[in-house]
Amino acid sequence: MSGLTGLPATEIRRRVAAREVSCEEVARAHLDRIAAVEPGIDAFLLVAPERAIEAARRVDEAVGSGGPAPPLAGVPVAVKDVLHVPGLPTTCGSRVLEGYRPPFAATAVARLQSAGAIVVGKTNMDEFAMGSSTENSAFKPTRNPWDRERVPGGSSGGSAAAVAARLAPIALGTDTGGSIRQPAAFCGVVGLKPTWGRVSRYGLVAFASSLDQAGPFARTVEDAALVCSVVFGPDPLDATSADEPVPDFADLPGGADGLRVGVPWAFLAEGVEAETMARFRESLGAFESAGATVVEVSLPHLPHAIATYYVVATAEASSNLARYDGVRYGRRAPGDHDLKRLYGKTRDLGFGAEVKRRIILGTFALSSGYYDAYYLRAQKVRALIRRDFDAAFGTCDVIATPTTPTPAFRLGEKTGDPLQMYLADIFTVPANLAGLPGVSLPCGLAHGLPVGLQLLARAFDEATLLRAGAAYQQVTPHHQLAPPA
Amino acid sequence: MPRVTEETVEHVARLAHLSLTDEERRLFARQLEEILAWADSLQALDTSDVPPMSHPREAEALREDEPRDGLDRQAALEAAPEAADGLFRVPRVIAG
Repeated sequence: MSGLTGLPATEIRRRVAAREVSCEEVARAHLDRIAAVEPGIDAFLLVAPERAIEAARRVDEAVGSGGPAPPLAGVPVAVKDVLHVPGLPTTCGSRVLEGYRPPFAATAVARLQSAGAIVVGKTNMDEFAMGSSTENSAFKPTRNPWDRERVPGGSSGGSAAAVAARLAPIALGTDTGGSIRQPAAFCGVVGLKPTWGRVSRYGLVAFASSLDQAGPFARTVEDAALVCSVVFGPDPLDATSADEPVPDFADLPGGADGLRVGVPWAFLAEGVEAETMARFRESLGAFESAGATVVEVSLPHLPHAIATYYVVATAEASSNLARYDGVRYGRRAPGDHDLKRLYGKTRDLGFGAEVKRRIILGTFALSSGYYDAYYLRAQKVRALIRRDFDAAFGTCDVIATPTTPTPAFRLGEKTGDPLQMYLADIFTVPANLAGLPGVSLPCGLAHGLPVGLQLLARAFDEATLLRAGAAYQQVTPHHQLAPPA
Repeated sequence: MPRVTEETVEHVARLAHLSLTDEERRLFARQLEEILAWADSLQALDTSDVPPMSHPREAEALREDEPRDGLDRQAALEAAPEAADGLFRVPRVIAG
């Protein structure tokens, strides 16, 4: 590993601004490492070395001509293949979009590029972000850099693995029920899901529109904060993006003095693997040593979160995925068919098993005779879950849980049992239902595998999450652990 | 409570324009039965005075309804599997 690939984004940007290193050198170092390491990890669906070098040269020219270095000058970034990058195909990990080249850019990607970041490639994911292991990619599984027989988590598994394996210091992912935080936990990196509405969803291929949100992976909280500063903020192209002030995340008060950390102990009573729970308890101790107080909070409806989530998310997905019909983009089933048969064949050939399963479940939940009992009921329970959080944040500033009940599982371990796969999302889906921001921080190892600490905050209070995360990193070494080379 | 049969799956698949194999129908019927049994826990909650929540920000403002340029037609058509005369091309749907 060259010295450059171990550096955080903040340090790359500092060196580029000081003209100690060129963006091209930084890009080449990361592309060389990708060439060497990627074959055993399969984090990427597409690596774009020529475009990356060209983009790096353009930033070098801008910096060389005396202009101020933009906030991500020369920082390589890996982008989940659900976000449109100009000039590159978008597959969403699906055969149905094979060959699709989007005619516009995702706002989040455009903002990173305007800030000087260099896109090195598109990362692997569960098909249409439906999954918790990246095994539902139509193209290949991604391997966990800590143990290549294990999954990296999902659905943003490629982005998490790329950052963990030092293929890029930062990456973009998306999180509909935990798809940033869970792979961040499994791969031992920082992953932040912003408040719903914080980041424009323009150019993000929709899975479940009321839950989807893009956000960063990084190896330090400071790097995640840097990405947030660039990508947060309203966008006229997304009517649901929020016109809320974006604080200067680089200038937050330090330490955890006075921070109240709420823990829903009743919700954690069962099902958390013992070593994972031990790391969680240690992290609470670290917060106390940094000046925080730990209090108990009650979130009585969380045991219903998984059922609520899988009704709401699949209902929205069944509607969003209706657009893949072989007419406007992507693949069309070969053969001479009438129109309805063309739709059916295209969708049958194009979608994998998990996507079909979710379309069926979601269509069922919305269908005549079942709408009230499933979809409408789930929307009401969703409101109850949000009320739980509103009440809990009356007595605390952040809510802490393990990000996942266990560390990374083995490839193939859960593919035959979708319900077991869904149940593993128990700690991450509530934040999506309530629209709240959450972060997963590395908090040590269990059985040699990374464990994640999840913190949730009030809507639009990412500042408190980042402040708490930075304070935690000051008193613990876990974010410095790297997977075996 | 409904119990999912292969006929239910076939009905729903038709609504969703999905053609499934016999094996997929059998598998999905079994798996959906399991998943819906889990989701039955929602039926036990009292939600009588709870308004449904469709997304997290109920009160967002709408923009002014002003015309603006959309996606260029040629750019949109380039992604289509088949296009002709500036239009998406599909199999004939009207006899004649």
